[in-house]
Amino acid sequence: MTTVTTTTTTGAVRREGALVGVLRARPRVWGLLAVVVGWIVIWSFTEGSHTLEISASTQTGVHQWFQDLSDSVGEAFASQSNWFVVAITDFADAMDSVFTWLQHLFTVAEFPRPLPQIGWLGTIALATLVTFAVAGWRLVLLVVPAFLLFGCLGYWAESVDTLLITLLSVAISCLVGIPLGVWMGHSKVVAAIVTPVLDVMQTMPSFVYLLPFSILFGIGPAAAIMLTLVYATPPVVRISAHGLRTVDAGVLEATDSLGQGRLRRLVRVELPLAKRTIIVGVNQTMMAALSMATIAAYVDGPGLGQPVLDGLKRGQLGTSFVAGICIVIAAVMLDRTTTAASVRSEQARRAGDRGRRLRRVTLAAGAVGTLVALYLSHTLVWANEFPSKPDLGTPIRNAVDDFGDWLLTDLSGFTTTIQTDFTNWFLNPVQSLVAESPWFVTGTAILLIAAIVGGLRAIAATLVCLAGIYLLDLWYNAMVTLTSVLVATVLVVAIAVVLGVSMGRSLGVDRALRPLLDAGQTIPPFVPLIPVLILFGSNRFTAIIAGVIYAVPIATKLVADGIRGVSTETIEASRSTGANRWQEITKVQLPMARGSLLLATNQGLLYVLSMVVIGGTVGAGALGFDIVKGFRYADYAGKGLAAGITIVLLGIMLDRITTYGARRAGQSAVVKARRPFRRRPMFDALV
Amino acid sequence: MRVKRTLAGFSALVTASVLTLGACGGDSIQNADEPAGGTKDCGELNMAVNPWVGYEADAHVVGYLAQTKLGCTVNYKDLDEQVSWKGFGNGSVDVVIENWGHPELQKKYMSDQGGDGTAVDAGLTGNDGVIGWYVPPWMADKYPDITDWNNLNKYADMFKTTESGDLGTLWDGDPGFVTNDEALVKNLDLDYKVVYAGSEDALIQDFRKAEENKTPMIGYFYEPQWFLAEVPLVKVDLPKYTAGCDADAEKVACDYPPYPLNKVVSSSFADSGSPAYDLVKAFSWTNDDQNLVAKYIAQDQMDPDDAAKKWIDDNPDKVDAWLKAAGVSS
Repeated sequence: MTTVTTTTTTGAVRREGALVGVLRARPRVWGLLAVVVGWIVIWSFTEGSHTLEISASTQTGVHQWFQDLSDSVGEAFASQSNWFVVAITDFADAMDSVFTWLQHLFTVAEFPRPLPQIGWLGTIALATLVTFAVAGWRLVLLVVPAFLLFGCLGYWAESVDTLLITLLSVAISCLVGIPLGVWMGHSKVVAAIVTPVLDVMQTMPSFVYLLPFSILFGIGPAAAIMLTLVYATPPVVRISAHGLRTVDAGVLEATDSLGQGRLRRLVRVELPLAKRTIIVGVNQTMMAALSMATIAAYVDGPGLGQPVLDGLKRGQLGTSFVAGICIVIAAVMLDRTTTAASVRSEQARRAGDRGRRLRRVTLAAGAVGTLVALYLSHTLVWANEFPSKPDLGTPIRNAVDDFGDWLLTDLSGFTTTIQTDFTNWFLNPVQSLVAESPWFVTGTAILLIAAIVGGLRAIAATLVCLAGIYLLDLWYNAMVTLTSVLVATVLVVAIAVVLGVSMGRSLGVDRALRPLLDAGQTIPPFVPLIPVLILFGSNRFTAIIAGVIYAVPIATKLVADGIRGVSTETIEASRSTGANRWQEITKVQLPMARGSLLLATNQGLLYVLSMVVIGGTVGAGALGFDIVKGFRYADYAGKGLAAGITIVLLGIMLDRITTYGARRAGQSAVVKARRPFRRRPMFDALV
Repeated sequence: MRVKRTLAGFSALVTASVLTLGACGGDSIQNADEPAGGTKDCGELNMAVNPWVGYEADAHVVGYLAQTKLGCTVNYKDLDEQVSWKGFGNGSVDVVIENWGHPELQKKYMSDQGGDGTAVDAGLTGNDGVIGWYVPPWMADKYPDITDWNNLNKYADMFKTTESGDLGTLWDGDPGFVTNDEALVKNLDLDYKVVYAGSEDALIQDFRKAEENKTPMIGYFYEPQWFLAEVPLVKVDLPKYTAGCDADAEKVACDYPPYPLNKVVSSSFADSGSPAYDLVKAFSWTNDDQNLVAKYIAQDQMDPDDAAKKWIDDNPDKVDAWLKAAGVSS
């Protein structure tokens, strides 16, 4: 016994010694510690005063102003009073009729015909042909089973609707986005104007404009498409601009010397060279569009979002899950196809004549086959209506429902204890410090932290954002939300480091985890929400866990990439000095992947932030609740809008602090983070 | 060479299999006949589906009849209440089949209330809405006097949660629901804090969990509701409702009024002469009827149309009366 105690004590002393060493070496860590201690001291005297708390039903002058603003915009649309309004309404109407036409073609029977014009056989044949044409025959082996699964899981029509609405939105996003991106790539002024607009488009929670959009564009496909466009266009704009900017200057000079015009240069040189990057942008836009499927169901957007919400509404975990699986399948399919298309665009240029001729022959044969299949599915019942067997949906649904029952009966008592302890011992104290301190104390503390972490430019951004939050009259709720976001991010980073390090060090672990992470990134967040609700009940903790589940995949991938990026020579060198595995991770790999860690933190924060609204529907209260209330209650739309802007301000503030912090850390880091495209390209231009 | 052969083989396979399948034949698609019944043309019926299961039950029973007996094309639109009412104006919504009061919406859209006249009342559904505070059944068994609001402070400690500090938690549901709870807690001097579960689903999960684990919980709930068939929550008696006692939202200190639920339709639909309007007007049933269909949908996981059909087949008398009003003899 004694020996054990002694060793642990020496261990602790050694660790403390190490801590002191770290503090000496890093004045910034000292500074942060001093700020937090000072904050706690002041808080202990002033807790509960000047917190600017207002009740859920209170609305202030600012909120009323936003209310009037949204009312007057609504009236402008109702009366069609100016050309801009008329143009937008016409556009939405056009979208509506295009989409309805597509639906009659593929998924909806138009009276008196009892079935849609083209059934499953024709749809699959068409998808096969297109996939072969753009991405090659390997991808056909993915696309065909994916479509068959949609049918066997029981959501054929919904899945095809989701694909149609996604592809239509992406087509429009690209039509608008690629030219805009090209312009941004050529002009710094345009980039400076457009970038902040894109930032707001991506951070503004879509619930905020859900109600106005449904009022402006009616309900159904048009509103769903407009909603999707707002969220999905920014990636393709940003990445196209990036692609144009990174075209090799040497190549441009060389071709310029031949005396080409600007347009010729763009079409002949820049666009072909940037093609691959632009397709990456299309891929990101497609993923973003797909992720709006569930939200769009709130305004009667057709597709898989509806069964997901139905399951939520009826407390049927299985229904939501099966529909969620279909969304994951659609995401994997679209993702792999566009990725393959981007690789192919490179190869196609290099392929010789023979390959090209063979491809043409195959395409022609495929086209004939497709026409036959289209004809069959137009005329014959069996080729039109997806067979009801084999039915994979029902057994999966039942198994998942049983799993939910098991969670409720056998686990929920135990998990409630976890929730209570975590909230009482960690969440409540932190929230009390952040939200119950007088507003000027918390504000000063945040500014000081921003200064220490991010330097001068971070202070400026933070000051502007905090002033905005103060003026929007939602300070208290913003601080409660901020607390949840910070606590969730700490958990995200902790989990991401553990998983990411094991993935980065072992290819086997990587192969096992990556499909799970892919699925985690694409499954609608409403689906994992139900089991979390069953386990923990509705409260802030549940909202935090929901945010963590949503943000862990991206953060883990970033950490894993960073760890793998550490060169093998460096690791060999450390091994030769006799470092054990623990030392190798903590002293070599993690410090060298510091850039990736900070990037993972940044993305973790923004992902968690984007779950705040969904948190509001499971008991998190604060800003998320205000936004949902704004959507559900027309009289509170103004307050909801103010809450939405507050979230944008919080997002910009956290992004700037971590970005500038990462940049400062990056200057001393040996290995810079590989610039990964697979992250959500939020604030891309700045990271 | 290998690749070439694979590709050629693949395309040959596709073509061959398609041709073989074609040769097998099968039933070809025939256009449907004009539906029987309906002397007048029905056309389209745009039915809003508000987000609770009881509503869905009403919507699909009426919708199924309109589709099969009147030959209407029924479009179900999953929408919130606010958005549905807004839809009356531009023709995207014809019917809200179960309306819970909403004086603020009536003022905006009904001409007799000073609104723009795009919405009109289409009579009661026969369902009586009840709003109030409920506890899980195990609590009512163990603490029989808990159903009297006077005793709520005695039990407040039991209802403490991580979300309400020293006070008991009174759970509220969706931010869109009609509620006076914050004012009630204040005006009745209760040691409780209103905490929003945030949605109906969250509230139901919480009640389910409280009954399963025998943990204390008190919260806002309402009837008719399918969940009461699964867990029969017990209502707490607040000071009795008298007409006008809830006139001032800040000073409310009495129970919620009874809500006779009604149907609301767009004025253009009411004037269209569609037989579906007569059907909607005639539709009326009991809370038990609705709870049964809602249970088919939520608990038995039936497709809403199948659930509607099952109830319709079991209740020909009620259905015949509605259809007669719409000018069809079943």
